[in-house]
Amino acid sequence: MVTLKELTHRYDGLGPGHRLCAGCAASIVARQVLLASDKPVIAASATGCLEVGTTIYPYSAWKIPWIHNAFENAAATITGVETMYRALKKQGKYKEDVNFVAFGGDGGTYDIGIQALSGALERGHKFVYVCYDNEAYMNTGIQRSSATPFRASTTTCPAGEVIPGKPQHRKDLAAIIAAHHIPYVAQCSPHNWRDVVGKAEKAFATDGPAFLNILSPCHRGWRIPMVDSLEIARVAVDTCFWPLYEVVDGKLKITYKPKEKLPLIEWLKMQGRYSHILKPENEHLIEEFQTEVDSEWEKLLARDGTSL
Amino acid sequence: MKRVVAYTGNEVAAEAMRQIEPDVVAAYPITPATEVVQAFSGFVSDGLIQTEMMTVESEHSAMSACVGAAAAGGRAMTVTAANGLALMWEILYCASGNRLPIAMTVVNRAMSAPINIHCDHSDSMGARDSGWIQIYSENAQEAYDNLIMALPIAEDKNVLLPIMVCFDGFIISHSIERVELLEDKEVKDFVGEYKPQFALLDLEHPKTFGPLDLQDYYIEHKRQQHEAMKFVPDAVLASAKRFEALSGRKYGLIETYKLDDADVAIVVLNSAAGSTRAVVDKMREQGIKAGLLKIRMFRPFPAELIAQSLAHCKAIAVLDRCDSFGAQGGPVAHEVRSAICNLPKVPKVIQSVYGLGGRDLNIEDIVDVFGDLKKVADTGKVEKVFDYITVRS
Repeated sequence: MVTLKELTHRYDGLGPGHRLCAGCAASIVARQVLLASDKPVIAASATGCLEVGTTIYPYSAWKIPWIHNAFENAAATITGVETMYRALKKQGKYKEDVNFVAFGGDGGTYDIGIQALSGALERGHKFVYVCYDNEAYMNTGIQRSSATPFRASTTTCPAGEVIPGKPQHRKDLAAIIAAHHIPYVAQCSPHNWRDVVGKAEKAFATDGPAFLNILSPCHRGWRIPMVDSLEIARVAVDTCFWPLYEVVDGKLKITYKPKEKLPLIEWLKMQGRYSHILKPENEHLIEEFQTEVDSEWEKLLARDGTSL
Repeated sequence: MKRVVAYTGNEVAAEAMRQIEPDVVAAYPITPATEVVQAFSGFVSDGLIQTEMMTVESEHSAMSACVGAAAAGGRAMTVTAANGLALMWEILYCASGNRLPIAMTVVNRAMSAPINIHCDHSDSMGARDSGWIQIYSENAQEAYDNLIMALPIAEDKNVLLPIMVCFDGFIISHSIERVELLEDKEVKDFVGEYKPQFALLDLEHPKTFGPLDLQDYYIEHKRQQHEAMKFVPDAVLASAKRFEALSGRKYGLIETYKLDDADVAIVVLNSAAGSTRAVVDKMREQGIKAGLLKIRMFRPFPAELIAQSLAHCKAIAVLDRCDSFGAQGGPVAHEVRSAICNLPKVPKVIQSVYGLGGRDLNIEDIVDVFGDLKKVADTGKVEKVFDYITVRS
């Protein structure tokens, strides 16, 4: 895998000059992924923070060819680009070797974009889809998505007098993607650049669709100090709320097992969106959430090293 | 060398697409346009063409992929109808707003609900404000010819707008007609090579497509689309002139039939024009000075030309195969009325909605319209401005 020193010499396709929040993990995620490519990259973004924050006309923070089409169609758009690339190559009209990547938030991926993504994966295009998962519709102002974790407070599932935050558990997106039997699926976290860059390298090297689900802490939505974005990602991984693993040609491999699995409360108590859950009357909710995280982790451990 | 075939509208659309051989086609099946996708897929599977076929999971993705493919820097085409076009609606605006010359066949079909697979124009009329050029075709020959002429119009450097070629579902799509086809090489030479000004695949000149565009620039970009539309009539006529030299078939922005000295006239588009032409002859035999104005290019709307062509008429009827519910007539009627409203002597206008969901527009129905028009012309009075025809009373 590429060294940090080598990375400093790679072409940095995004920024400086974007307008994402200080402490936003999305730009870190995007740059970690782009730096992993050994070839020129063409990128697409779904509507969302990354798109809005990087391209207010007449400015653009993208130094690579980049396209935004709409919210739910980043996968359809980038595979349209990739198909044209193949068409022109076949006709001898284009010589370059290029990698293709689409970035979508959790809203644009777990929810509104899942149909277009599923179709693109099934068709088998050679492209990388990156979900930067900040666990809610942050661009429109912190509304719940199907990636929003249990009992988090958002503006459309606020912790109220009667309902203490989002009643549902999140969707297991990586498993849904893996069920498409594509060659490479991974879950990663930006607090460990080796994790994201290493998996992105494998994703770009894959001859077919590859998918990366990357945790992208949002200090506005999670109600954390902006300096804590990467630290909270580390705690998410060490509590096994956000396990790091990959599924290569159907075989699951956990890529990081914490030496000491931290209790979930360590992650929850860092976040303002969970302040209500710390009240004594809500203790059972923490237990329920912990049970769910434990159960998912146990299932993952049981599948470690096996073919799905 | 012309090749004469007996083909359905869908078969000629697929044949035109084969001869154009776009770099990418992204499409999804929907009645009554499915056969175009099927036949074209067959050409790809048999290795007759080099086109990369994307069999996507929805029309939304079909148009989204066309946007990606066209922005990448090549030719992209698709085909759809009705609900499929409606599902594309959001991305139609992205295609035109990004100035991507995508060409699409629309096989006109009624919108649900109730679900109905037969012809009306509520699909493409619903997309009339999306920034696409719209060309309407009376029969299979025109559908073929219009498709061949479409890309040179869309790709004109002053235009750079997407284009839809429309023809009537089932009435044309599934009827077999005599059609004259061009040779493959003639079509290839006619559409020529496409060299995009900006392309995502141009790594030397990285471009940002589809940025956030706020109060300080958005309206200027929309104005540019408006200005681009003004170049379309010239591009359509230039394309038609070259096409006439090749095929002997002549096209304009509109087509008129016995309109020059007409007292009464019907304005209509697509297949109903054929029946109306026959009724015009019948009316003329009875001494009624009847005429027809068929609109070929609905977007941009050739308002001045239409106003001039109708200026001498006493009364006209605009027939819409689409309602604008709650309004006083369909979209074509409103456009025609605005076009003529400043004439020194404005013809009286009646406007009728006909044929929704594939209901036939029979010869007698058109005879009745001319009868009504004669009454209006004689009395100078319009009793009923707007009504449904071809409907149970």
